[in-house]
Parts: sequence; structure tokens; C-alpha cells
Amino acid sequence: MVQCIRPRFDASFAALSDATRRGVLEQLGRADASITELAEKFHMTLTGMKKHVGVLEQAGLVTTQKVGRVRTCKLGLRKLTEEAAWIERYHQLWDARFDELDKVVEELKRKEQVDERKKRG
Amino acid sequence: MNARREGEPTPMKNRTTVERKSERELVITRTFNGPARIVFEAWTKPELLKRWWAPKSTGLSLLSCEADVRVGGSYRFEFGHETSKPMAFFGRYIEVIPHSRLVWTNDESDDGAVTTVTFEEKGGKTLLVMHELYPSKEALDGAIAGMEHGMEGGMGETFAQLDELLITLGASASL
Repeated sequence: MVQCIRPRFDASFAALSDATRRGVLEQLGRADASITELAEKFHMTLTGMKKHVGVLEQAGLVTTQKVGRVRTCKLGLRKLTEEAAWIERYHQLWDARFDELDKVVEELKRKEQVDERKKRG
Repeated sequence: MNARREGEPTPMKNRTTVERKSERELVITRTFNGPARIVFEAWTKPELLKRWWAPKSTGLSLLSCEADVRVGGSYRFEFGHETSKPMAFFGRYIEVIPHSRLVWTNDESDDGAVTTVTFEEKGGKTLLVMHELYPSKEALDGAIAGMEHGMEGGMGETFAQLDELLITLGASASL
């Protein structure tokens, strides 16, 4: 699962230039974690980690759920999947267009060659 | 981009790539087997555009296609679809450099993208890069969610309708 998400990360997170947030996402790709666990892992204060998670959550990349006193973070997979599905449909549309465009280009090339020959002829 | 291509066999068919480059940008690429002047011609003459912009496999049909390709000139494509109302895709060309670069706006809404298409010729082939820049992250997210102007031709809307139809069919089948 993580392998198939990783390439999407690169594109979706271009805007997220922060190394810690990228680290958090990779970490969550391996396993869900509480904010406390993440803060420890990245040697940060709880407040600092809360801010990072907040940014990721707003971007729809992470979801959090509070059970008792523990807030658990997980990857916001649904949004990524929806985006991937849309991109795939958009890809299909353009691929179909470009296949037709290939034919037009071939035809124009042939026509140009014939015209050249006529001119020389 | 290069990293993506590594380790993949060289395909006979030219590959189309679509990538969300950032919060506001989509990039589409494809290589065509012909010189840039010919590919450019196919993008700028309405009678040629008409032949490839609405491929049959997508269920779209082009009702009309006007393109006055010069700086300040406008374009307007009207699409019909089997299952939805006709839709128009329109805007203005803001940059036209023959055989190398086309930039147009999309004026259907304030969330329309500015599209830049570049034609780069190398060894008789042309690398086409289409760059769509949306005014905000929300505009591109909105396009992806298909809430407003999902795709020109109402593809987003069509899929939503198909989903509904499948649910209806599923419900009646189980009766």
C-alpha cells in the first residue's frame, strides 16, 4: 500500500517543503501513531507536532481521531485515492485525444511530403 | 519526471503523462512523431482541432469549434454528451508564438485555469507539455472533486450521474 502511495506523495507534497511533515507522512504510511509518539520520534514538543499535524490535516493528507486522551493520526487515504482516480480519468481523456492527434499529425506529414514532391516534380 | 520513466520498457506507443505538480498545477506531456510546426498546426486550425478534441471513446461529441488563434482572439468549443446537457468550453488566447508556445485562459468561471502549451522539437519529434495553472488550490481541488467545472465536457458530472444510475440499478435488481 505504501509503495503505491509514495509516488503520489511526491506530486501532492511539492507544496509541502517541510522535511518534518514529509517524515510524519512516511511514518504514518508505516503505522498509525499518536501525536505524542510522533513528537517523540521527531524530537519535538507536543505543541510543535500538533501544528505540523494540523497543517497536514487541513491539506486532507492526514486524519486524526481522539479516543480518550489520545489523538491518533492516520494517512488521509480517501482524498489521495479520489485524486488518483480523477487523474486517471483525465489521463484517459488526454490519451484518447492524443491518439487521434497522432493520426492528424501523420496525415499532415504525408500531405507535406506529397506537396514537396509535387513542387520538385 | 525522469525518475518516473526509469526502469520502464521503451513503449512503441507514445506515452501520455498527467501529474499534479503542486497545489495549483497540472502537467500533461506527450511526444508526437512529427515536427513542431505540424503539431502546432493541429492545435491552431479549428478544422483540425475538431478531429481530435472529442474522441469517440469518451462519448463526447463536438457540436461546434471556433478558435481564433492570435493574441486576444477567443475560442469556444461546445460539447454534447450522451447523458448530460451540452457544455461550452471558452476563453481567450493570451500568447501565441508559432510552432512553439500557446497560452490561453479559461473563462467559464473564476476558477478556470490558465493553460500553457509548449512544443519542443527534437530529432523530428515534438515533445508537448501542457501546463494548467489554477488560480488557487481550492480551484484545482474543486475541479478534481467535480463539484463545479470538473472537466470540460462535463466528464466529472457524467461520472457522478453514472454512479447514481448504478446505485439505482443495484437497488432495483435487489428487489
